[in-house]
Amino acid sequence: MTTLLQLEGVTRQFGGLKAVSGVDLSVAPGEVIGLIGPNGAGKTTLVNVITGVHRASSGIVRFDGEDVTGLKPFQAARRGIARTFQIVQPFPEMTVAENVAAAAMFAGAVRYGDEANAEALGHLRFVGLAEMADKRASSLTLAMRKRLELAKSLAMRPKLLLLDEVNAGLNATEVDHALSLIRGIAARGVTILIIEHLMKVVLSLCTRIVVLHHGELIASGTPQEIVQDPRVIQAYLGRRYAAGGEAAEGQSHG
Amino acid sequence: MRKSALLAAVLFLLVALVPLAGDAYWLRLGTTMLMYGVIAMAWNFIGGLAGYPSFASAAFFGLGAYAGAVAQKLGVPMGLAWTLAGALSLAFAALLGLALLRLRGHYFAIASLVVAEVLRELVNSATDLTGGGMGLNLPVPHDATVASQSEFFFYAMLALAAITFAAMLWATHSKLGFGLRCIQQNESAADMLGVNTTLYKVAAFMLSGAFAGAAGAIYASWVHYIEPPDVFDVLYSVKAIVMVLLGGAGSVFGPLFGAAIFLSLEELVWRNYLQVHTGVLGLMIVLLVLFLPKGVFSLRLPWRKGKP
Repeated sequence: MTTLLQLEGVTRQFGGLKAVSGVDLSVAPGEVIGLIGPNGAGKTTLVNVITGVHRASSGIVRFDGEDVTGLKPFQAARRGIARTFQIVQPFPEMTVAENVAAAAMFAGAVRYGDEANAEALGHLRFVGLAEMADKRASSLTLAMRKRLELAKSLAMRPKLLLLDEVNAGLNATEVDHALSLIRGIAARGVTILIIEHLMKVVLSLCTRIVVLHHGELIASGTPQEIVQDPRVIQAYLGRRYAAGGEAAEGQSHG
Repeated sequence: MRKSALLAAVLFLLVALVPLAGDAYWLRLGTTMLMYGVIAMAWNFIGGLAGYPSFASAAFFGLGAYAGAVAQKLGVPMGLAWTLAGALSLAFAALLGLALLRLRGHYFAIASLVVAEVLRELVNSATDLTGGGMGLNLPVPHDATVASQSEFFFYAMLALAAITFAAMLWATHSKLGFGLRCIQQNESAADMLGVNTTLYKVAAFMLSGAFAGAAGAIYASWVHYIEPPDVFDVLYSVKAIVMVLLGGAGSVFGPLFGAAIFLSLEELVWRNYLQVHTGVLGLMIVLLVLFLPKGVFSLRLPWRKGKP
């Protein structure tokens, strides 16, 4: 199996609007793919189609050799597709450890009880939240909540991890920390698809970048190829990045 | 969990002594409290744990009452009739849940509210089976005295309350309860984490239906006569919710204590304000929602803050 995730002509319509239109994409195991594009390009919708939140209006989503197009989110989760949300979604009244244990037992097939708790603690240690394990999730700062999201998605034992703007709203130090975490996750062999507006993150992290514009995939290639692609520059990056040398600096709009 | 179970065992044993000390009045009050305790605990499965504001308690209670009564009329022994009534309410809750639990929040509340009305009209018109608006008389055993009867139904209700409590305690401390708490706090996130939300919600609704239905069946046998407006009374739904809110939603002892507090208030205070007692009920709901969303036991327990 050389393809983990395969999208064939995936389209999602909302009324008359094609939020995602005829997207073909195949992701090999171990890849770290950056999904970029202007606001409203359909990035989150595409993630929602892959995870089963929205059903594809047409087209096929294949995961790990199986057709997963019509699956519900919980079924996709159990097959190894994990995602984090742009706006973090903890269980606010539960402890941090319980949040992660929930992911471990429902998607990761870990037994309820001590086993799930032990697993949760392991993931919390990895993301640096072990001391917060018994605190309520609602008491965490935004940066911590983002890390909690990461711990939760890891507890799901994913084959594919979809990260939807995990760095939005973080300061530079926090972004660096998140970056090293994501590298660590990739090093574990988890395939990652990351939606990100910070070009610094995308360029330093991704093995390949795909660009979505008006719901269509307009480019796909290595970071170097993408920053020089005239269509991408016009649609998203702006002329600032055309020089190439400064590509790794700063942040695009959004 | 072990502590709660022990505490509950002691509590139920103490309640079991009531017939030794009390007269018929206390027995009747005790049976009523236990019955409402069961209805409140049943509501807690769906309303407290899963956070779905169900108004279907009256529907389950009435369905159970009529199922038990009709079964007994057809010659089924009393205990078996109660079990059948519980099973029927369970099955009904499963079908109803599959349809209604797609709705969230207010929409679900309204939809569940209508169910009791629909059932009442059905029972009203199925005159051959249920007696319609004339009501239904249940067989009175000839060999029993009034005193032994009321004692018997007190213990029957106590047994049901103990079973319901055990089921709730188990559910709260199991994967089911954990999943339900996830759903209550963030259903989409729970779905994303692999919780089969439909299955979990329907399971909670089924437990809710089964116990409320069984309580209805015992009630029917206890009072010997039921009629549609009595057992499909929307107040069963409303009171169950108020009781659980009083005691603390989602907690294991909340529903029982809430029922006891509510009925004590009703007995002691409201008899003095007969003309305006529904006004007092309304006022209580408003004050509760505004000031004590987590129940009276959240009032002065600062050391328990942060505990789930």
